[in-house]
Amino acid sequence: MSFEVLDGGLLALLQDPGRYGYQHIGVTTGGPMDEHAFRWANRLLDNPPEAAQIEINIGKLGLLAHEDTCIALTGADLGARINGKEAAPWQTYHIQRGDRIEFGMPVAGLRAYLAVAGGFKPAIKLGSCATVVREGLGGLDGRGQKLAKDDCIGFDRCHQKTMTSLPAGEIPDYNQDLQVGVIPSYQYAHFSPGERMKFFTGCYEVSQRIDRMGYRLTGDPIHSELDGIISEGIAYGAIQVPSDGQPIVLMKDRQTIGGYPKIGCLSALDAGQLAQRGPGTRIRFYLADVAEAEAQRAIFNHKLDTFKTSLAGP
Amino acid sequence: MIIEAVNESTCIVYFGDRIDDDIAGQVKRATEAIRRNLSDLVIDLVPSYTSVLVCYNADRTDRFGIASRLRKALSQSEQEVPDENASSTIELPVYYGAEVGLDLDEVCDYSGLSRDEVVRIHSEQTYRVYAIGFSPGFAYLGITDQRIALPRKATPRQKVPTGSVGIAGSQTAIYPSATPGGWQIVGRTPQKMIDWDSDSLALVAVGDKVRFRSIDRQEYLDLGGSLDEF
Repeated sequence: MSFEVLDGGLLALLQDPGRYGYQHIGVTTGGPMDEHAFRWANRLLDNPPEAAQIEINIGKLGLLAHEDTCIALTGADLGARINGKEAAPWQTYHIQRGDRIEFGMPVAGLRAYLAVAGGFKPAIKLGSCATVVREGLGGLDGRGQKLAKDDCIGFDRCHQKTMTSLPAGEIPDYNQDLQVGVIPSYQYAHFSPGERMKFFTGCYEVSQRIDRMGYRLTGDPIHSELDGIISEGIAYGAIQVPSDGQPIVLMKDRQTIGGYPKIGCLSALDAGQLAQRGPGTRIRFYLADVAEAEAQRAIFNHKLDTFKTSLAGP
Repeated sequence: MIIEAVNESTCIVYFGDRIDDDIAGQVKRATEAIRRNLSDLVIDLVPSYTSVLVCYNADRTDRFGIASRLRKALSQSEQEVPDENASSTIELPVYYGAEVGLDLDEVCDYSGLSRDEVVRIHSEQTYRVYAIGFSPGFAYLGITDQRIALPRKATPRQKVPTGSVGIAGSQTAIYPSATPGGWQIVGRTPQKMIDWDSDSLALVAVGDKVRFRSIDRQEYLDLGGSLDEF
């Protein structure tokens, strides 16, 4: 029971929620860049939330099904086609042995998620299959490789057929400019009121230098009164400000510790929305609060919990 | 001790604002206490020089709940008398030969000392592990004797061989794997610093004490050391 990779594409990675419990020895978490899309893909199939999926970054992945199954596509619209027929994200599809699933280039967003009923069954390294290429951990055989031609990604046979989709109101529009809340934390107090004002009223642009470690933004430079700090643990979504004043949002493959001042942190869900934006997208920050991030997460969890998948007929 | 929220699933505990041995000891004891008492909530811990980043399960608690549990666990550990004997010193064999001590000459020039003196100064003191990061198992040790505290190279090497022991200002470290790096390399250890197939994974933890033992070429090779460039 497997999908055979016909074309590895640009950067297709096996991901589960991440490799937790090893940051104290410098091992990053990895995991899905967009938790919102990842969680929904498993939810649409009634999978456990931690089931492994394929994260298709930018596009161009080709798969051949060797077994009947059911898949869910969420996240970016990368012009996916099943046997040449358009397959929009945010819904499930029945797949038959011999079907070809192919991704093109981004129409909206940068990262698509493909979940299979029951989840993929890759090797588990340090408790997770999350692929971190830099560290050589995770992926199909545990050695941190991205998916490549001739890989066979295994899954368990699953007879359950779900036919469902996300309500239109829940589907984010990745082509829109983004406004995200910043939780004032870390060295926030070491940015003067004037610098904070610049940061929260200014408009930043996603630069070309974006990857799974960090998103470099460009805009009005801001400066803290600190040259550097004593290195400390970096949370997912932390906004680091090096001496050039251009913020870097730290993402899933970030280094575990760092010595640049940080003005605050995004919520995980907001960082995930940023991860769907490409170069040139405009980002605005507003002053948020941990309570707001907690509420955002609680509402998301509630939507996942109360969502009803409908079982299709035989 | 200050506990501050970072985001909806992370907070950070600060124990001071300078690099010193006493604060590093507090960080070590706190990390152990959190591991012992909060295993039901904590997902990940990142101890560093003066702080511990705590990643918790946000489905089970919130910023108030985690702070109160941390305060309770840490006030108990603060009352414990630090038992320095409990943290034994890890001894690492290091071959300081010219063929692996790629920047020994630079350290000699900087310090005005002979190779033997540099090696003696580097290996006669006990270091504390202040942080682990940069790459898996990369341990930042301090505090290097001022006489040999040569700053990092202006241009980093594309690849520093596995096991290389380097100096960067007041810190010293071992490269657990071949990575780019700008530290001044004075020797190489045959000891594996990180091993994905062992239970402990990393040889040292934050707060541990480390000592280097100077070994000769033969012992280095006997212990499995490699003279390869990478």
